[in-house]
Amino acid sequence: MSYQAHFKVWRGDADGGGLRDFTVEVNEGEVVLDIIHRLQATQTPDLAVRWNCKAGKCGSCSAEINGRPRLLCMTRMSVFEQSETITVTPMRAFPVVRDLVTDVSFNYAKAREIPAFVPPADLKPGEYRMSQEDVGRSQEFRKCIECFLCQDTCHVVRDFEENKPAFAGPRFLMRIAELDMHPLDAADETGLDRKRAAQEEHGLGYCNITKCCTEVCPEGIKITDNALIPLKERAVDRKYDPLVWLGNKIKRRGQ
Amino acid sequence: MHSASRAAIPERHLRTDRWWLAPAASAAGLLLFIIYSTWRAFANDDYYESPYVSPFYSPCLADNCEPMRDGPNWALVGDWWGISPAIIILILPLGFRLTCYYYRKAYYRGFWASPPACAVAEPRKRYTGETRFPLILQNIHRYFFYAATLVACILTYDTVLAFRNADYEWGHMGLGTLVFLANAVLLWTYTLSCHSCRHIVGGRLKHFSKHPVRYRLWGWIGKLNARHAKLAWYSLVSVALADFYVYLLAIGAFDDPTFF
Repeated sequence: MSYQAHFKVWRGDADGGGLRDFTVEVNEGEVVLDIIHRLQATQTPDLAVRWNCKAGKCGSCSAEINGRPRLLCMTRMSVFEQSETITVTPMRAFPVVRDLVTDVSFNYAKAREIPAFVPPADLKPGEYRMSQEDVGRSQEFRKCIECFLCQDTCHVVRDFEENKPAFAGPRFLMRIAELDMHPLDAADETGLDRKRAAQEEHGLGYCNITKCCTEVCPEGIKITDNALIPLKERAVDRKYDPLVWLGNKIKRRGQ
Repeated sequence: MHSASRAAIPERHLRTDRWWLAPAASAAGLLLFIIYSTWRAFANDDYYESPYVSPFYSPCLADNCEPMRDGPNWALVGDWWGISPAIIILILPLGFRLTCYYYRKAYYRGFWASPPACAVAEPRKRYTGETRFPLILQNIHRYFFYAATLVACILTYDTVLAFRNADYEWGHMGLGTLVFLANAVLLWTYTLSCHSCRHIVGGRLKHFSKHPVRYRLWGWIGKLNARHAKLAWYSLVSVALADFYVYLLAIGAFDDPTFF
């Protein structure tokens, strides 16, 4: 069954822009990305939108629909009333390139700041053996498709541009948690303290665990409960636990 | 949230759903509890009706506590304490809940609008989160967890004492016993589902395979932890209800219905 839907789509670039009105056909079973494609095909051929797999796995078509960060390809039209006006804007935390396309290079810069996996000295590639229970936690984080919706919705950088240099964002704090929980990561042996670095260099303290990253994750990763809070607790082990502090003092004296 | 390079959208948010409902409901619920518990904590009256003692006054650590036979009297702070003895002990569960990862979300959203809801802009110009004093103190949550565990033990003891009748004879049960039982169960599940507990029990380990018992415990607590928010509310209501029940008995509103 088809109907005519009312859309407002943000059009413009870094120099300015605004919401433009469109009335467009919607068919049963379609998602918002289908409608954006129909707009391109029938009314506004120069509308810019980034997309790729159309299956919620590439993380390309991140945008905001009725003010909520979502994947265009995973938002069914059936969740809206037929009379509802659907507003589509680019992600608001990142610089806009054009229309619905944003420049997400902030995230790649942050990714580069996270020290990579440190291979164990006594094992060669191919000799790694890990138990399933040891890698289970990290595997949840590996489901991330890097759509950066969590980075977009996180108020620390969304509402405060000036926090960007100090804060890695939920996606990359989760990356630190993943590596810190990795059974073969030898960062500690090389003097790299991921827990301390998470707090002192990547802005873990900015996170006030209000869980918006978890709410918007299209992969359903429990970012806050399983990555950010455990990472905060690990930082507490290092920095605020008097017993650990005392143990470190004694150990250092003995050296 | 505006910056020169971002899409020029003047609205603070474009959400069309009732995003304000959840933070408003949380704020209202917390406010109600704060008002009720402040009144009861400072009342210093009507908190004991044998064999029940209000959870707000247990353990009772001052000399001015009402004597409770075999009850949680322990005049640790002596006779110089003039105001309500509830204040001494309530600091611990208050600290536990104030620094709790769930309540933080609830009050940051509900009271501080930081953020009010996802993708709804904050009404302030600067944000430093939990990086500096006083919010950096949220990191002491685990110590309040240890204290809350002790308090939960004492409230469990009170629940055991509730299996007596008004004449302190064992082997009896009234409606109050059920109220206390439900409260003890909810307090324990809330306390054990705490994120710090999950970390201490097993989350801090790198190799679960070397610690099978802790791994299993971590899994169980993880399941409880997924319900931490609900348990936070249920236990908040149950502790207030248990106190209110004792209050009603103490002022003589009705007699505790006894089952046996």
